[in-house]
Amino acid sequence: MSDSLVRVDKVSKAYTRGKEKIDVLRELSMDVPQGDFLALMGPSGSGKTTLLNLIGGLDHPTTGSITIGGERIDTLSERDLARWRAGHVGFVFQFYNLLPVLSAQRNVELPLLLTKLSSRARAEHAATALEVVGLRDRARHKPNELSGGQQQRVAIARALVSDPMLLVCDEPTGDLDRATADEILHLLQMLNREHGKTIIMVTHDPKAADFAQHVVHLDKGVLVESLT
Amino acid sequence: MKYFGLLWAGLFRRRTRTVLTLASIAIAFLLFALLRSIIDGFVGGVQLVGADRLIVSPRYSIVDPLPLSYQQRIQAVPGVVGVTIANWFGGTYQDPRNFFPKHPVDPRAYFNMYSELIIAPEQLAAFESTRSGTVVPRQLAERFGWNMGDRIPIEADIWPKTGGDRLWEFDVVGIYDGPPDEAPPDTMLINFAYFDEAREFAKGTVGWFIVRVADPDTAGDVARDIDALFANSTNETRTSTEAEFQAAFLKQIGDIGLIMSGILGAVFFTILLLTGNTMAQAFRERIPEVAVLKTLGFSNVAVLSLMLGEAILLSLFAALIGMGIAVLMAPGIATVISNILPNFTIASETLLAGFGLAVFLGIITGIFPAVQGMRLTIVEALRRN
Repeated sequence: MSDSLVRVDKVSKAYTRGKEKIDVLRELSMDVPQGDFLALMGPSGSGKTTLLNLIGGLDHPTTGSITIGGERIDTLSERDLARWRAGHVGFVFQFYNLLPVLSAQRNVELPLLLTKLSSRARAEHAATALEVVGLRDRARHKPNELSGGQQQRVAIARALVSDPMLLVCDEPTGDLDRATADEILHLLQMLNREHGKTIIMVTHDPKAADFAQHVVHLDKGVLVESLT
Repeated sequence: MKYFGLLWAGLFRRRTRTVLTLASIAIAFLLFALLRSIIDGFVGGVQLVGADRLIVSPRYSIVDPLPLSYQQRIQAVPGVVGVTIANWFGGTYQDPRNFFPKHPVDPRAYFNMYSELIIAPEQLAAFESTRSGTVVPRQLAERFGWNMGDRIPIEADIWPKTGGDRLWEFDVVGIYDGPPDEAPPDTMLINFAYFDEAREFAKGTVGWFIVRVADPDTAGDVARDIDALFANSTNETRTSTEAEFQAAFLKQIGDIGLIMSGILGAVFFTILLLTGNTMAQAFRERIPEVAVLKTLGFSNVAVLSLMLGEAILLSLFAALIGMGIAVLMAPGIATVISNILPNFTIASETLLAGFGLAVFLGIITGIFPAVQGMRLTIVEALRRN
């Protein structure tokens, strides 16, 4: 599996709630090839989001290793992990998580504030990202002036703007109606096929999973099934 | 600067709440600028403090003047290199609200003693040679539109002329200035020789002596020697440094500085609680946004800086509004209170202190939520969302 972009090796994750220890992931291993579109499915509490958070560098595993693009991220400090996230991964959430006080354009520009790009270059990059998701004409609108689908497109543009190799999406269509959800999924599929983005998407929705190239199922913290 | 837009937008997340908070802080800074300037006005009115000058005044009461003959005896005290005289004149120019100090002085000796005062030599000579002459500070001349050669009528309250006439008239023979970096002088100086000769009573007495000592380090010893010279006489003296004399003067006007500082302290403590509560509330509402920023790659320190920056920006913006209003109001206020506080002005030092205070207020109110934001873990924050 030398072409793996994501390698998860015997990863366990446990939380403690009071005196109780909860094992969310148990020695889970998986590889995601470069350019894949992978759907993670499973019942609530199966560990899908926890696995996604670990792959996205939002959390550290209790044991095991995670390698993305050849770089071990489980050993990075908080500071280095933040820097790594800024350059290598884009996030799409169920509830969009846009900053309500900023316009679509400024929301998309947010990750670029961490770069050395000039103000003009940031604006140009953001405009291009909005163009890709078909919302250039809504650049000046605030999130509350956009529909749910449009807000999710802005969130996708924000995830794309720094040109990361990996997009992690946590229930990206969970808050949308069917038609809008399909639009978003088509968009993700286009980004995967035409722009070569590797996408890992958590979903409960089998129809959403149909858009992926591969589907893996989790249950009680372990992989139970892998479909192509 | 690239984060300014983010900070500015963040301020107006809850527009009504931000406007009300801004208004509260702005009013506090408006009060700060005005009250601080009033304190400065009082202090500025009695400036010109010299470390090598002593004031010899009556020990028990300012209405009990000292004999003019003391001047020679004080001059003879070891360590004394110069002595001059001054007196309180009182009196009214046109309207009782037109208050400003008027002191009969020995012209040349006075300007020698206060060498920091600036007057043209020919005007000082004219002051010496003109019995009814007066020299006025530039600020006073501009305030009342006086020019050289004008005759200034003063209605006496304490000192009528011999025969009971209360109208004194003085001819403007000079206009003097203070040091450029200090509050402008406000005292009209009149010729003591003319005053002493023309007044109805208490001739041959003075209100106080101003003494220059050779070495400021020995000023305390000289002061003790002078007071010892007149101990157990009918006119005992109290000799103090100019700074002590002026501090005593300030105490006589009611410790205004202390009262106003107390008011400001109470105002700012209230504002601190109010703003601190607002910032804490704003932080709770923004936990998901903090999580998003961290997810996008903003480090803990960057989040801390952003949140702290927002609190400081709020405070600075409010200070700008409050002190800006104070600056706009200052000319009007100065006109209204010119009779009791002719030196009222909002100094740049006050504005700088205000902005410094604003930064401090921002840090104090913002540090707690900022540290909370820094410590927030992404996964926990996203879960709360």
